[in-house]
Amino acid sequence: MQDLKVQFFVSGGTVNAVDGVSFEIDRGEIVGIVGESGSGKTMTALSLLRLIPEPGRITNGRILYGEKDVAQMTDEEIREFRGNEIAMIFQDPMTSLNPVLRIGFQVEEAMIAHQRFSNKQAKERVVPMLQRVRIPAAKDRVRDYPHQFSGGMRQRAMIAMGVSNEPSLLIADEPTTALDVTVQASIIELIRDLSRELRASVILITHNMALVASLCNRVIVMYAGRIVEQGPTRAIFKNPQHPYTWSLLRSMPRVDEKEKERLISIKGLPPDLGKMPPGCKFHPRCKFRVDRCFTEEPPLDEVDPGQRARCWVLMKNIANPEAQAQT
Amino acid sequence: MSAPAAPTPTTDPTLKSPIVRVEDLVKYFPAGSGLFGRSVVHAVDGVSLAIQAGETLGLVGESGCGKSTLGRVIVRLLPSTSGHVYFKDTDLTKVRGEKLRRTRQEIQMIFQDPYASLNPRMTVGDIVSEPLRNFGVARGRKAEQKVQEVMRVVGLNPNFVNRYPHEFSGGQRQRIGIARALVLNPTFIVADEPVSALDVSIQAQIVNLMEDLQEKFQLTFLFIAHDLSVVRHISDRIAVMYLGKIVEIGASDAIRDRPLHPYTKVLESSVPVPDPDIEALRKPILLKGEIPSPVNPPSACRFHTRCPIAQPICSEVEPPLEMKENGHFAACHFAGQL
Repeated sequence: MQDLKVQFFVSGGTVNAVDGVSFEIDRGEIVGIVGESGSGKTMTALSLLRLIPEPGRITNGRILYGEKDVAQMTDEEIREFRGNEIAMIFQDPMTSLNPVLRIGFQVEEAMIAHQRFSNKQAKERVVPMLQRVRIPAAKDRVRDYPHQFSGGMRQRAMIAMGVSNEPSLLIADEPTTALDVTVQASIIELIRDLSRELRASVILITHNMALVASLCNRVIVMYAGRIVEQGPTRAIFKNPQHPYTWSLLRSMPRVDEKEKERLISIKGLPPDLGKMPPGCKFHPRCKFRVDRCFTEEPPLDEVDPGQRARCWVLMKNIANPEAQAQT
Repeated sequence: MSAPAAPTPTTDPTLKSPIVRVEDLVKYFPAGSGLFGRSVVHAVDGVSLAIQAGETLGLVGESGCGKSTLGRVIVRLLPSTSGHVYFKDTDLTKVRGEKLRRTRQEIQMIFQDPYASLNPRMTVGDIVSEPLRNFGVARGRKAEQKVQEVMRVVGLNPNFVNRYPHEFSGGQRQRIGIARALVLNPTFIVADEPVSALDVSIQAQIVNLMEDLQEKFQLTFLFIAHDLSVVRHISDRIAVMYLGKIVEIGASDAIRDRPLHPYTKVLESSVPVPDPDIEALRKPILLKGEIPSPVNPPSACRFHTRCPIAQPICSEVEPPLEMKENGHFAACHFAGQL
């Protein structure tokens, strides 16, 4: 993805939901896109499928998948591409499943729609698919309706539909946010195993940094429609350079917390996308800002091999940041 | 002479001055009628616990375990089916009339959804001052002053009294909910998932605010949440709930270092931490099956259908919530063995 820009044309003017986002994903890689509500993480992922809702439009950028540019495909090509190459899993499986159709039929339909399998083949593959996503007693449960499934089982069924065509990229948008933590653990294991078995890449979109630490090889941190930091997971967690990433990691309590330390809170709110501040978009909330941050937006520069941060200051140049952040 | 009774969570010898004592509390909801007569949801089924003055007791459990219902029955937003809730020395399940009103001033609740729990047609000033009017504590100029003071305390600009809830962000709305709970100078606050609807950076603001307020006003909190990380951070002690029952209760550190009930151990192992080195080694214990229905909960130990170390006795004899270490209670025949 190169220099993606997604704009929403609304009555009050133009809103830049995604502004100049570029990244690459390798085959088999698991990449986390983290950010809070309104950071543009979901829009970035939807644009990979060209599924930006009205009144939004992709106004700039190239989305290359292998040799093909998603932005240039015809409607026919994009349909084919969505079903065969990419699968998407959403937060709430209940709204993505048809409540009046049996689970088995919906999985079968997903395979037939994209014509990779004949009707007969598709029918035969339904139960093995449900078994593959570890739905117990899959033979009996193919005839169930979505409401007879628990939240975790519905998410498994959605994953079965998604991976039934053996996609090469799986986009999971907050796949476990609506689920209990014990169920979350098993869904994350399932995604990890499927990615390995199918040699598929995964994009995990989430607000939960801990989930990223557990699943992803690489992290992209978004704020106000931009990438503010990206790099290998270990580097981002051990050595974050952008103040937003650094603060986010210290604002969440940890279950293994030993000494009770005060959480570092980020004052204020993310900016309104229609009224973006000048300079660095994080500067109004940043405890480490300098004069330059008010007027000039920093570029996303390399700070270490493979790690980039959009900041004039960088955390490595700050002595005793904890003390400064608590003031 | 009989031997002295074994300590229960309400007679926990480590609690010097409990302010709330819940004894054998039960809450059933009717769940319609079926072939074999009327069925009931066993939402809260024989819960006993005590809360020490000035502490935060965290109540953690997964959806449908009854933790919200328990919170609501404790503050008497819902009537109990049986059992007792003592606040100081008053049995809240028994008091009526004027005594109930006076006791209720001391007990307040903060809700999860700051969007749904604030009347959109009332100004912030009216929302925060409503309890003052309802309880006849203050009106007019005096009420205005109190509202401004409490808004300042929770970090809201007092000049915004005439604004409406929709003009505020989620985090600010939660501050309004907290201001409303504080305006009567309560001693005990039940907070039901107060931060789970908020973005991560805003969660920390509200958690810090609650800690500051607790210190400033010597508040006692019952903090209900599904997120064990938040509960761990804010709580002195933690109670773990599964299908209407408390399965373990004890100091937050003790539960982290030595979880005794298998369900607690599973929960602890399931929560990821933001550290890839630790995550590379963490092995979540995966549970078989789904949480059973509270309409027909399993016999004896309710966790036996999913427990990795269940034995035949677990489906026959219900394990009592016993003190296994000082101040650390667990309801399991094989406590500490997973």
